[in-house]
Amino acid sequence: MDLVFIFKTFLALLSGLPLLFKIVLPSLAVGFVIAIGLALLRLSPNKIISSAVFLYIYFFRSTPLLVQIFMVYYGLAQFVFIRESFLWQYLRHPYWCAVLSMTLNTAAYAAEIIRGGILSVPWGHYEAGRALGMSKFLLLRRIVLPVAFRQALPAYGSEIILMVKATSLASTITLMEVTGIAHKIISDNFRVIEVFVAAGAIYLFLNYLVTRGVHRVEYLLSPHLREAPQSTVSPKPL
Amino acid sequence: MATFMTIAIATCAFFLGLILGSLGAASKLSRSPILRLAGQVYTTIFRGVPDLLIIYLFYFGSSGMIMYIAGAFGYTGYVEVNAFLTGMAAVGIISGAYSTEVFRGAVLVLPKGEIEAAKAIGMRPWLVFRRIMAPQILRLALPGLGNVWVSSLKETALISVTGLVEIMRQSTICAGSTKEPLLFYSIAAGLYLFLVSFSIRGFHWAEALTSRGFRRN
Repeated sequence: MDLVFIFKTFLALLSGLPLLFKIVLPSLAVGFVIAIGLALLRLSPNKIISSAVFLYIYFFRSTPLLVQIFMVYYGLAQFVFIRESFLWQYLRHPYWCAVLSMTLNTAAYAAEIIRGGILSVPWGHYEAGRALGMSKFLLLRRIVLPVAFRQALPAYGSEIILMVKATSLASTITLMEVTGIAHKIISDNFRVIEVFVAAGAIYLFLNYLVTRGVHRVEYLLSPHLREAPQSTVSPKPL
Repeated sequence: MATFMTIAIATCAFFLGLILGSLGAASKLSRSPILRLAGQVYTTIFRGVPDLLIIYLFYFGSSGMIMYIAGAFGYTGYVEVNAFLTGMAAVGIISGAYSTEVFRGAVLVLPKGEIEAAKAIGMRPWLVFRRIMAPQILRLALPGLGNVWVSSLKETALISVTGLVEIMRQSTICAGSTKEPLLFYSIAAGLYLFLVSFSIRGFHWAEALTSRGFRRN
């Protein structure tokens, strides 16, 4: 173990972090929005719509993400109409291919998580909302989705960690994020253990941050489960 | 052929994972703080670090290690390691970390009273484990193990980076020589889809089999 080398590697790997964030943050954000839509469509009473969404989710959850990335990166370029459309200026770049495939992938996983959250909303909540004369959309926005998010949060936290780990696959389509740089350093000097320690530390730290962040949001979203703050002024006797 | 390679490597890795997972769960639940810490470190590292990085670690790391040992004996050439074994070890150790959590969860929901009852009628620890705990752990852990199996099946795709010819590598080779990447990656996707749906069926069947006589609640 050569601590100086580990530290140097660590600094070299840090330069891959901005790209890692540039891949994972847009994917998570857009994927989350799509996932809400998919979850709602999956729960729609229309059999055709819900089974179409089911097939989408099934496909993306049952095939390796690597296959999906390769299908987008190598596969889409095969079509002449894509190469001639305006999309080509994006899909040419491995970066946009990585973001696109990861967005579609996380949308499928997150849709299942949100669907679970929506199904866990007690029926009484719907009835109470309707009794107050809320429209379907208002009911969804004010009652169902907030409760569903609160329920889905722990599972969504693990999905975020999976996505952070999945950015490493972008290195297979030439993007030099943390794992890509690590691979390059390993092939340069074959000091595998040291590079692994440095890269592992970065990923573990990111996961730690995500876990803490999710706990924080969970805490903020569940004030009703906490004890009421103790007032320092004792109430006057009646 | 490539499909059999994928199945072979996933199966070996999954069983390696089951062994590591039982050991991991045992150490995480043990009374010794050192064993608990070791289990904690194991699951944290192998669940937190990307699979690809772990595969690189095993593939390049083991060749480096063997070359180092060979160097000590005066051999200085390059040593090629077996991609099957290193890939299996990498995926197996990752799936072991996930299995640890599954087994641990199953042990934690076992009713305490049953274990106390078994002790009260004089069963030795090993007998308690074999007659009371193990059958129930098997039943309770099955759904979780199903997920672990599916994810190790999908993880084997990453072993293609080491050049082992499984589904993914085979499709890359075919895509390269025919210039039809979409077709071959779609075939790969279809094969994985088939394997995954087939295994989900199997696990559902096993769950139904092991939970005969239990009320669904």
